[in-house]
Amino acid sequence: MANHIHAAPAPVGGRLFNATTFVAGVLIAIMATILLVRFIFGLGAVTNLNNGYPWGMWVVVDVVIGSAFACGGFSVAMLVYIFNRGEYHPLVRPALLASLFGYTLAGVGVIFDLGRWWNVWNMFWPGSVNLNSVMFEVAICITAYIIVMWIEFSPTFLEQMGRNDTKRKLSRVMFFVIALGVVLPMMHQSSLGTLLVVMGVQIHPLWKTPLEPLLYLLTAITMGYAVVLFESCVASSAYRRKIETHLLTPLSKIMLGFLAAYVVARLGDLVVRGALGSAFAASLEAFMFWLETACFLAPFILIGREADRRNPARLFLAGIVLMLGGALLRINGFLIGYETGDGFHYFPSFPELMVTVGMFAIEVLGYIIITRRFPVLPREAAHS
Amino acid sequence: MANRRDFLRGVLAGGAALTAGVATEPACARETRARPDEALGLLYDATLCIGCKACVAACKEANGNPPVFSTQDHLWDTPLDTDGHTFNLIKMYRNGTMEAKDAEENGYSFMKVSCMHCADPSCVSACPVSAMTKDPVTGVVGYNPDNCIGCRYCVAACPFGIPKYQYDSPTGRIGKCELCRHRHKDGHYSACAEVCPTGATLFGRTEDLLAEAKRRLALKPGATTVYPRGRLRHAQEKVLQGQPDGKGAMRRHGWRDEPDQSYEGTVGNYVQHVYGEKEYGGTQVLKLSAVNFQKVGMPDLPPESAAALSETIQHTLYSNLLMPFAVLGVMTFAAKRNVKADEGEGGNDSERKEG
Ligand code: SF4
Ligand code: SF4
Ligand code: SF4
Repeated sequence: MANHIHAAPAPVGGRLFNATTFVAGVLIAIMATILLVRFIFGLGAVTNLNNGYPWGMWVVVDVVIGSAFACGGFSVAMLVYIFNRGEYHPLVRPALLASLFGYTLAGVGVIFDLGRWWNVWNMFWPGSVNLNSVMFEVAICITAYIIVMWIEFSPTFLEQMGRNDTKRKLSRVMFFVIALGVVLPMMHQSSLGTLLVVMGVQIHPLWKTPLEPLLYLLTAITMGYAVVLFESCVASSAYRRKIETHLLTPLSKIMLGFLAAYVVARLGDLVVRGALGSAFAASLEAFMFWLETACFLAPFILIGREADRRNPARLFLAGIVLMLGGALLRINGFLIGYETGDGFHYFPSFPELMVTVGMFAIEVLGYIIITRRFPVLPREAAHS
Repeated sequence: MANRRDFLRGVLAGGAALTAGVATEPACARETRARPDEALGLLYDATLCIGCKACVAACKEANGNPPVFSTQDHLWDTPLDTDGHTFNLIKMYRNGTMEAKDAEENGYSFMKVSCMHCADPSCVSACPVSAMTKDPVTGVVGYNPDNCIGCRYCVAACPFGIPKYQYDSPTGRIGKCELCRHRHKDGHYSACAEVCPTGATLFGRTEDLLAEAKRRLALKPGATTVYPRGRLRHAQEKVLQGQPDGKGAMRRHGWRDEPDQSYEGTVGNYVQHVYGEKEYGGTQVLKLSAVNFQKVGMPDLPPESAAALSETIQHTLYSNLLMPFAVLGVMTFAAKRNVKADEGEGGNDSERKEG
């Protein structure tokens, strides 16, 4: 086995108050105000949700897409611990941190959208749960995964707090926690796709397939790697650190492998179901389908060749289009390709958008605070 | 390298065993459910409907719902669609000059919009907290606000767009027709059927209603026939009435006794289809119309329910949690080998070496 020598993670250091954190703070304050109005006057007061489009921005973007973006931790952990690719180890902590935030916020964000949130305990009450409900499974797995991730990440805090004893004890069972941390996202990321199945005829043929769980799982994994590419590039430019090209280049190849599997499954399914014809109609759905498909195919052009995979700019771009493709698959399935009948329209209201922006701001702020104060990113000889 | 190859072999073997296990597992396909034997429902016959909307008003009253306005003056209850406070609505179909009732071209017609009480309801399958439930005896799909978390998955799932959330309230509920089940214990049946002057909305056992619908379809358009009003009596009910069992007919069928309100009318020019007989496995509310059902807003549904497909996928993947536990086993095995070399997540403060 090849030798892997990695610098141990260390806090980046530096000031916590700067232009970025200030803007993030303001955005979070705006979000808090909007949410106050939402909880006092109801969902209708701030959102454009209606009975034709009961799920909008907060569900589709904050939860369905947000949690898929947060699959970096799961995708990298699977690579390192399940496929034993220890060389990627330095990517685990930063990816896990982003996932931790992404999922925790998605979990909290659900509450904003629940019309009768005070009843949410029923989701965990044996007398109430409905084992046939896809949403029940999604909710339970996401809740469990958030807890698992906090345990997975806790060594970082324990290290900083000097609780090495606890850390050592924890590390003895960590393998099981990590295994759970791979299985749980597989379960709920696929089920997020299954959510569409019960909507039946209301879903456009281009997105209505019993293969939904497989498609959502494969894209969640590729999006996980895409997010790692994206984050590594952003973090290195923001903190003026070296880009970890030696890791990102082979990682992007693995990503392309999963992506190829997805494209084959997706197009194969359309052909077998005979739904491809509707992709050539002059409709918004067909246009969005091609946009989505283009995003999934573009990475093969951008980083198909080994030389291109060494180019950080191309890696960054490939990461972005793939994130976009995965987001489009979900927006198309849940909103564009969803039709309950005439007379209903949905476009997110400004306050709805600002809540999503505020959630993103919390993520950025949290990421900055934790990487600057806790050992997450690999130690570097010289950084600003 | 031997190390890794060993490991990969382990994982692959585990994966293969898993796939075999899942493949040989009897497919737990869940069939589309049928209506219960004693299913209750409504028969709406658009050719008899005169668009008076008495049923809309009665439904509001029976459910304690406030009026909803769509006009400037706020004088009448004028909802344009069913909503969180409107569980029943008569919608109008109009075409061209609107000369003739029930003509598809240059004509007009009506359609009742309220819960279909599906045999295999999407809303019940979707609801994570059993706030939507189907009564095993009557088949009525009821709603329990004390369980409901307001996720609105039922709103998204229902193919008829029936459950509606009250967005105007911080404590909004889902509003939907529950076939007036709260009135049943006093012997009252659906308010909309009770007030309908022409029997266009008829209450009864779905089985009886289906037979009645088929009887009408078999008649010659323009001929004369007898139309019941209010509640359609069960065929054996008349026989039972005269029996000296001491309790009388009311005790037999549970409904308040009413005089027979049937009348003679002309047979409509029906589309030869009982809507709801087979759609999504059948519904307990059935419909007859002279205008194409899709044109009056009823979706074209296959005989298999979406709930059955969704639950088949879900239970195939999670049959007795076999699959997740098997995957977890494989993952734990793999992680156990690899995490040891790593000394837990994130390693330690010293330089990390393996190999
Ligand atoms: S019509 Fe809609 S709300 Fe009524 S039972 Fe069927 S799925 Fe549920
Ligand atoms: S809104 Fe209420 S009734 Fe509808 S699915 Fe969610 S919890 Fe169930
Ligand atoms: S059965 Fe009752 S709740 Fe349902 S539409 Fe008729 S009156 Fe309204």
